[in-house]
Formats: sequence, structure tokens, C-alpha cells
Amino acid sequence: MFAEFGYGVLLVSLIVAIYSGISAVYGAKNKSAAMVESARRAMLLTFPLISIAAATLIYLLVNNHYEVAFVYEVTSRSMPTYLKVTAWWGGQAGSLVFWSWLLAVFTSAVTLRKWDRDIEFLPWVILVSAVTLTFFLGMSVFFENPFTRFWLVGGNVEPSMFAPANATVFTPQDGQGLNPLLRHPGMVIHPPMLYLGFVSYVIPYAFAMAALITGRTDDRWIRITRRWSLWAWLFLSFGLVLGGRWAYDVLGWGGYWGWDPVEIAAFMPWLTGTAFLHSVMIQEKRGLLKQWNMILVILTYALVIFGTFLTRSGVLSSVHAFANSPIGPFFMGFVSLTFITSIALVIWRWPQLQAETEMKSMLSREALFLLNNLLFMSILVVCFWGVIFPLISELFTGSKVTVGPPFYERATAPLFSSLLFLMAIAPLSAWGHSTLETLGKAIWKSAAAALVVTVVLYITYTQNIGALVGFFLVALVLFATLNEFWRGARARQKTQDENFFTSLTRLMGRNRRRYGGYIIHISMALMAIGILGIEIFQKETQGTLAAGEQLDISGYTIQYRELASWNDQGAGVNYTRAIVDVYENGVYLGQLNPRIDYYFDSQQNMTIPGQRSTLRDDLYILLVDWQPVSTIGATFKIYVNPLVNWLWIGSLLFLAGVIFAAWPDQDPAEESARRTVARDNRQTSAAD
Amino acid sequence: MKINKFFLGGAFILAAVVYLIASSTQASAEYFLTVDELKEEGASAVGKSLRLSGAVVGDTIQYDPSTLTLTFEIAHVSGDNKEIEAQGGLAEVLYQAVNDPTRQRVQVVYVGPKPDLLRSEAQAIMTGKLGEDGIFYAEELLLKCPTRYEEAVPEQASNN
Repeated sequence: MFAEFGYGVLLVSLIVAIYSGISAVYGAKNKSAAMVESARRAMLLTFPLISIAAATLIYLLVNNHYEVAFVYEVTSRSMPTYLKVTAWWGGQAGSLVFWSWLLAVFTSAVTLRKWDRDIEFLPWVILVSAVTLTFFLGMSVFFENPFTRFWLVGGNVEPSMFAPANATVFTPQDGQGLNPLLRHPGMVIHPPMLYLGFVSYVIPYAFAMAALITGRTDDRWIRITRRWSLWAWLFLSFGLVLGGRWAYDVLGWGGYWGWDPVEIAAFMPWLTGTAFLHSVMIQEKRGLLKQWNMILVILTYALVIFGTFLTRSGVLSSVHAFANSPIGPFFMGFVSLTFITSIALVIWRWPQLQAETEMKSMLSREALFLLNNLLFMSILVVCFWGVIFPLISELFTGSKVTVGPPFYERATAPLFSSLLFLMAIAPLSAWGHSTLETLGKAIWKSAAAALVVTVVLYITYTQNIGALVGFFLVALVLFATLNEFWRGARARQKTQDENFFTSLTRLMGRNRRRYGGYIIHISMALMAIGILGIEIFQKETQGTLAAGEQLDISGYTIQYRELASWNDQGAGVNYTRAIVDVYENGVYLGQLNPRIDYYFDSQQNMTIPGQRSTLRDDLYILLVDWQPVSTIGATFKIYVNPLVNWLWIGSLLFLAGVIFAAWPDQDPAEESARRTVARDNRQTSAAD
Repeated sequence: MKINKFFLGGAFILAAVVYLIASSTQASAEYFLTVDELKEEGASAVGKSLRLSGAVVGDTIQYDPSTLTLTFEIAHVSGDNKEIEAQGGLAEVLYQAVNDPTRQRVQVVYVGPKPDLLRSEAQAIMTGKLGEDGIFYAEELLLKCPTRYEEAVPEQASNN
């Protein structure tokens, strides 16, 4: 009953989405404002419709309706209600509905804006959204239906939407439940964050296509979607960081990123999105790179669809194949079709997308931004190559050859280092023209300070060349960027008669995007510290200890005290927890409790590390095994992960920076005044 | 002249990236083999950096906590995805592999904490080297339990 209702609503949503797209095109072709308005309202209608379908699905999930195949697959009776709700995006069928729902939310929001000046964009924005929505709803309705039920037909159970002849509904006693490894707060919000990022990128893409179709190829589409792409970037970044944190907390190997194809699939749109974020600024300020921006936004959209497919479909679970899901070919078809159409549009409008000025100086801000784009693209190529290499090698040599994390680390390390270097010098260069001399003048103090830091580190901390180069670059970025804050605030203080902090806050408030960007640069440098720390200086040891015995690592002493094991029947879990005392150079620091949880229903262990986290390093203790009645007590694996906390601190600062940059300006009048000034500046092509 | 300058810069970066990719590929490429393929290679596979996959045979799992040494056997599973699909999906193929005594098997040794996902009929994907004793010494051990999100018909079905 509920299942039929939910399916019916999904079907109606699909029809409404198709209608919306068709009437938008019809309205635009025949200059019928009424038809476009009808399309807009149809688009608005998809939001309540899909919400109802989603609510139905959540109702089924929460109320143990195991006759529904999706509910059976992703929930079980022992799961708490909030996990049953979040199971909505815990499997493929549900997450496709989730995707559609988010898209309906965003499209509704965007069609509700004031369109006065941009009314010619409206039908095409609706069309692009409607096509995307139709695709995802179509996948749900025809191939990955979350409302499919089990039927008992002649002694066999068959999944089907509608009752086969002579069938009765089959309701299993309990569901399979969510893998315990995924029952972690980070993992609960990691997929929706990624999806928020993925789906938000549809909006800039839709406006870009509208600009191409209407021929209004100035930077209007970029200005309208600037905040959208920032938020999209924020969610995508946050999703990636959460995934890393989850891996660090749960997977028990003291790592955070494994260059798994699925991770890379989510990372690739981030790379193009980051490049896009930078290169649109060149178009806004200098009228350059218009064609390139179009290509970037198209690539991002294609990678988003591709990423959705790879991250949720499980196609990569068998490691080297791309097509064992029924929806695989449709996704590939959809990505190819939209990609080819979009590129054809770009080629068609190529002459209108010519640059307004010419790039002159190799060291100008725009040239350095272009270099930044090339570096991001290079990392993208490395990632893409790594993912498809097994397929290529099999095609040409007949044997499957794969590349693992060492490939990515080796190939991207110089590229990331170059990006750090650019991050330090690009903000100091001028638009239009810079010379080595002006750049040198701006950077030499920061470079000298960074060199001092590096020498100090060489004497006191490490002689590893790679690490020292990394730390030098990090210090360079930090000094150069902080100096920008200092310089800007001092300059303002001189003219405005304010104290330093008033000047600094006002300066930042008036130039949100610039200073938000600088905060993000600082956060990247901090994250780089964490990555250098764990990649280069991670230490590990292991041992089996009897009660009272000790183990030493990097100045820490770990003493095993005791172990307890008990059942929690309600939650269906057995807990085994060790108590260890931690000393540093003889000083007692406290207790840690590494744990192993055993889930009865899925017969699976979950290893929870005992962690002690400081700015200098993380002590990370895993309980590996135990023998309750023997004198040999328990086995531990211990990691010391230096500096890794800076990775998480950097991530938090990063979020703050993006939110700062994307936050709506308080005074719209001031904002538009500033825009006019910016445009005048460009016309006179004065250096910033 | 100006165009040349940018063109040269771009070409330089392109060359650098091509070099990076090519050299890194060469340095870290691993042959991906199934158990049958490994047996076929025989002694010529000894010492090479390899990636090996197969189905974990539950009865053979042994763990020595004092040395953190894990040993188990894996049974041959086809590396071809279409074949796996034709035989009823990964979970089914893994089940058959483990319960078929005629399948070729390889012994694996891995030193480290016992992974949570290690169980019978899990798919093991390992990087490491084949020793002269015919044992595969894994440096990295990745386990995949067939995804729960695939079309999963309740087990009660067969009892009814």
C-alpha cells in the first residue's frame, strides 16, 4: 500500500519533470512567457512530490517494512531510529532518490530567485535541470526502484514492484542491516555532504549552458552562480574531509586517504571545481579564459555524474571493471550524451567566447592563475590515468596492470608542491603585469623567514629532504599570506584612523572573497603539515603484553592494565575493552581504552582505537587480539602519527574560510556599487 | 613572440606531467593476477611486485597474536567481471570458490592486525610478493565483502 503510493508519486514526479523540460523549450522557442511560467511551476512542483516519495520511503524504513527489498537490505531491527532514517542514502536505490530530491530542492530555490534581468536564461536553466532530474528519476522508476517488494511465488521469493500472478507478499523477520563499519557519525553525514556538493554543481552548469544557448556569453552566468559554486565546493570538500576522518577513526590503520578508485571518483570533480573557482576570477577581472571556464564547468558536471555512479553503485567493488550494475551503461550513456552536447555548444559559441584582452606577462596574476589551473588539470589527469590504467593495459598488453597509492603519491607530490609555491606567490602578483623584481620584492621577507624556520627544523626535528622542502613551502605560504593580512590592514589603518583590529575586520568584511580565499590558503598549508607528518614520520610498533607489561614508542610508554568483555544484548554487540596507561618520559598522561566491538547480526568486528591527540602527535592504539585466561594478555598495535591533528585543524579553518567567502554580503547597495567599480576598472584595464 | 613564450611554458608543463605519469607508472605498476594466473606464471612470478585476488577460505584462517602473523588460503576466482555476472554475482562466485575443493589455492602470509572484514568468502585483494616457497607474502590486504546493496533475496526463501 505505502510502497505503491511511493512508487506512484515517483512516477508522477518523473512525468512532471519531463513536462517541465518540454514546456520550457517550447516556451523559449515560441517566445511564450506563459509556457515558461508553466515549466517553472512544474519544476517547483517536483520538490513537494519527491519529498512525499522520500517521506514514504523513510516511513517504510523506520517501521521495519522488510517486505520492501531496499528496507530489507539497509536496515535491521537492532538499528536505532536515526540510523534507519539515514539508511535512506545507505544504498543505491535510496541514494538515487536522495539525489533527485536534492536537485529538486536546489532547482526550486533557483527558480524562485528574481529573474528580471536574466529572464532569457530561465527556460534553459529549467531545461538542463529537468533533463538531469528526468534521468535520475527515470533510473529510480525503471531500474533501481526503492519500493520493490518481495513476493512468494510457488515457494520462491522474487523481488518485484507489482504482485506477480498467484503471489503473496513475503516479509522477512529482520533486515540485513547496515554494515557496522558504516555506523559512524562521520559516515552518516559523509554521503549527503558529497551529494550536496555534487548536486550544487548542476546549477552553475545549467547557467553555463543557458549562457551558451542564448548567446549571452559575458560573465553574467558566472556572477549569478558564484555563490552556488562556492557552496558546492564547500560541501564537496567537507564530504571528502569527513570521509578521511571516518577512515582514520574506523578503519584502524592510522590512515585517512587510500587512493581508492571510489575516493578518486569523488576527488576528481573537486579538482575541476577548484580550478573553476580560480579561473572564473580571471574572466571576471580580465575577460580572459571564457572558453576554458565553460569547459571546466562541463567537465565538473560530467565528473559529478560519473562520481555519483562510482561512489554508490558498487561497480568498483570488484576492483577492475566498470559495468556490473544494470544502470552502468545508462550512466555512461547519459554522461557521454550531455558531455558531447555541451562541448558542441561551446564549439558553436567559440567565436563569442574570445578573450577581451591578451595575456602579456608570464608573472601576471592571470598567468599564475592559468598555471594553477594547469596544475589542477595535471592532477586530474594523473588520477584519471590511475583509475583507467588497468583497462588500458589490458587492452594493449593483455594483462591487467594496476597502480596503487605509490603511483599517486609519486606523481602528485611535485604537483601539490608546485601548487603550494603558487599559493604563496600568486596573491602577491599584479593583474596585467608583474616582473621578477616586483614579485621578489614582495616575497623576499617571507622567503627569508621560511628559510629560517626550515633551518631550525633541520637542526631540531628532521633531516629528511622531502619533509624540509614541504615545510619550507608551507612556511612560505603562511608567512606570505599572513603578511597580506598585515599589509592590507596597515594600509587601511593609515588612511582610516582606526585601530589595527577594526581595520583588519573591516578590510576582510569588505573583501570577503579575497580574504576568505586567503584563509583557505592558510588552511591548506596547515593541512599540508598534517599530511607531511603522517606520511613521512609515522611510527608503529606492536606487541603482546601481559598485565603490567610495557611497550615503548617515540617517547611514549604504554602499560597494559586489564581487559573486560561484556554483551549488550539490546544493541546486539559484544564489547571487549582494554585499559592501558600512557606515560610520556615517565610522566603519567592518562588512560586509553582501545576496543573491539563484535556485532552479532552481521558477525563482524569493529576495531575502535584508543586515541590521544595533541598538536604534536596522535598516539593511536589498536587492540588486536586477546586471550582471557592466559598469562599473555592482549596484543596491541600502536601508531604514533606526528602532526596529523593539523590536518583536521586545517579542515575546520578551511570550512570557516569558505563560509566567510560565501556568506551573503550585508549591504546589497554597497555590493553593486563595488561591482560597478570593478567593471570600470576592467574597462580601463588598470592593474589591481 | 608572446605566444611562443606561453606555448613553451605550456609544452614544458605538459612534458613534465607526461614524464611524471610515465615514470610513476613504471615504478609502481603491479601485475594483477588471479590464483590460476599466478600458478601459471610459476617461478617466474617470484620476487615481482604483484596484486593478487581470490576468495578467503574460512577454515584456513590462522592468527598468531604474539607475532601478529596471519595466514590463510585463497581460492581462485575469475578476474573477468562478465564471467562473474554470468555465474550469479560476486557473492555467489565467492561462495562457490570456497566450497569447491578442486579450485587452485594459494597460501597467504600477512603480518599486522587482523582485519575486521576478514572472514570466509570475503574477496581478498593483496599486494605483495610471491616467495620461493610458493607462499604469497602480502604487504597490503584489502577485503571486500560482496556489497549488500545488490539484489539480495532473503535466505529464508529456500526453507519455504
